[in-house]
Amino acid sequence: MTHAAPLVARRAHIDAELKALLGKDMLMHVHAADEDSITVDREAIAGVMIALRDKMEYQQLMEIAGVDYPDRAERFEVVYHLLSVTKNHRLRVRVCTDEATPVPSIVPVWPVAGWLEREVFDMYGVLFAGNPDLRRILTDYGFQGHPQRKDFPLTGYTELRYSEEDKRVVYEPVKLAQDFRNFDFLSPWEGADYVLPGDEKAGGTGEAPGKGAPTPLTAAEVKKADDQAKAPPPPTPKTTEKPEQTGAGAKANIKAAKTSRDGASAKPSTKAAKTPATAKAEKAPPKPRAPRKPKTGGDA
Amino acid sequence: MTDSPNVHHYGGDLFEGYPVDTANTVGDQAVTNYTINFGPQHPAAHGVLRLVLELDGEIIERVDPHVGLLHRGTEKLIEYKTYLQALPYFDRLDYCSPLGMEHSYVLAIEKLLDLEVPARAQYLRTLFAELTRICNHMLNIGSHVMDVGAMTPNLWVFELREDCLNFFERASGARMHSAYFRPGGVHQDVPERLLYDIGEWCEKRLPKLFGDAMSLVIDNRIFKQRNVDIATVSKEDALAWGFSGPMIRGSGIAWDLRKSQPYDAYASMEFDIPVGTRGDCYDRFMVRVQEVYQSARIILQCLRDMPTGPIASLDRKVVPPKRGEMKQSMESLIHHFKLYTEGFHVPAGEVYVATESPKGEFGVYLVSDGSNKPYRCKIRPTAFSHLQAMDMMSKGHMLADTTAIIGAIDVVFGECDR
Repeated sequence: MTHAAPLVARRAHIDAELKALLGKDMLMHVHAADEDSITVDREAIAGVMIALRDKMEYQQLMEIAGVDYPDRAERFEVVYHLLSVTKNHRLRVRVCTDEATPVPSIVPVWPVAGWLEREVFDMYGVLFAGNPDLRRILTDYGFQGHPQRKDFPLTGYTELRYSEEDKRVVYEPVKLAQDFRNFDFLSPWEGADYVLPGDEKAGGTGEAPGKGAPTPLTAAEVKKADDQAKAPPPPTPKTTEKPEQTGAGAKANIKAAKTSRDGASAKPSTKAAKTPATAKAEKAPPKPRAPRKPKTGGDA
Repeated sequence: MTDSPNVHHYGGDLFEGYPVDTANTVGDQAVTNYTINFGPQHPAAHGVLRLVLELDGEIIERVDPHVGLLHRGTEKLIEYKTYLQALPYFDRLDYCSPLGMEHSYVLAIEKLLDLEVPARAQYLRTLFAELTRICNHMLNIGSHVMDVGAMTPNLWVFELREDCLNFFERASGARMHSAYFRPGGVHQDVPERLLYDIGEWCEKRLPKLFGDAMSLVIDNRIFKQRNVDIATVSKEDALAWGFSGPMIRGSGIAWDLRKSQPYDAYASMEFDIPVGTRGDCYDRFMVRVQEVYQSARIILQCLRDMPTGPIASLDRKVVPPKRGEMKQSMESLIHHFKLYTEGFHVPAGEVYVATESPKGEFGVYLVSDGSNKPYRCKIRPTAFSHLQAMDMMSKGHMLADTTAIIGAIDVVFGECDR
């Protein structure tokens, strides 16, 4: 431990104490970065909080934070941060839920939970069963959606402005003058899972996304791979001892090889041999361009 | 009216046998509870607070604070920014004590990175955090006094606030939104002359001017009548409603994160924790007044013990090199470019770091997924919990007491609404 962040002494035997107190309601206990966090059964949260407050001396509820993990079946985490002013210790209590399942409210345990739960409801849409006043709190009156969800766009859906015609504030769908620019600075060598332009020609590497791009190959490895991917050799060895073996084919017509500029000697052959395009070109020789008229009206 | 055929209906014999409110004589009107709006444009609302007050005459029956009028989606924006880009958002939370907000955030990042911070950086951060506390309390004390009717002290303490802002400007280039604390240390070293000036200011100007201003207030009869025994909060209530900072100390609980969970250089500082005895608005005010003197004490200790050395970690994977160095060395140029475009990656994990900001416990719950942007950054504002207790604190008080109660909460909406 070398950082300068607030020092909190480790609470001795906290794991055993929690296990004895909460029993099967506690699903997990993690001690990481000098902080204790427990995951508890959602339905038992109110009882757990009373036990922690009265038996373990966590007198204060400082914070309730929501976190959204859209990939999980129960996508929301509701994270309670408790503080003990007598034991000088913090404890993080976590429950998981989804959009439809309500979490039992802990307003009867700590009245401060009222607004904190309202905020999680407003930002994530997590329901709290038993909260006496579960209204939106931070967003606008009449706001729709839950802005902190990961699938809610940063720009939102509506924008508002004062309309001079209507003499009031009007709400409109968001119109961006320029696309929202979200640069992905992740280096292709460190964990990017997208295909760089041009890489698709090489074929997929078959690695799971997120595992990271492979280490760049050395020249020897590239040569080896090229050798393996090479087409099977032709049945006869390619030699060019005779002119027929050059692959150039029979000699072309000497006259045809001549360009028209080489001389008028390139006589037109029969009309039937002409391609339509050339015939047309001959029919309509380019007109000489009309001399340009002098400009009028311009000041000298 | 007397000729009206209906008049005898309202005569005495009609109400015989019914309980009649004798207080309501002819000409009186029956008074029911009525609801008024306080704010969001009221000068004593300290910003954009809207209170829906239910009154019985002038007595407050119920308060419903409506917050969120300054909600800017800071937490959402931070999820789209690299760790360093997210830092200036913290200045704009509690714009009266910007460095106190930055402090929690940089400590949270350093805790996730387990990054060592050089001693000089720790002392500089402690020094400027305390200067921020003085700056914040000057604003709050001044406006609290003005909310209950006194004008002069506010003008005096604002001079001191102006001095603090000048010090911030000399250190960082910005008066308010300094973005001075950085993950790993501070942005730049301070000029020696600035340290000297801060010391002289703490020893001479601050005690004199602040003492003068407070001598007008603390024993003033009107000020006491407006504050003593207003919104008394017991210890149990203070704990249950999540109070912190001067609010919990005003209620008599000596709880200060600088003492109990020391961070940066606070472990080696000597200072006292002032506490209140009655838990009313006057106690909260006096706690803040005493904290100003304690902060000056801490600042002088910081100046006395200020170590020399680097002002930020030398870990070039987190802290960018100095500009001069960048112009000379190819490797520094690469580090500079990488840190200001991609930023540094923070190992996956979660921390909750709370510091004693001037208003109370300001916490940052930072969840990292190992990339260069925070997966979630939950900000724990102080005023949110305190404002929620408005209903509990104002019940039964007069309408005019709301301004004193709000003043003693020390609410700033940039932080409350985020």
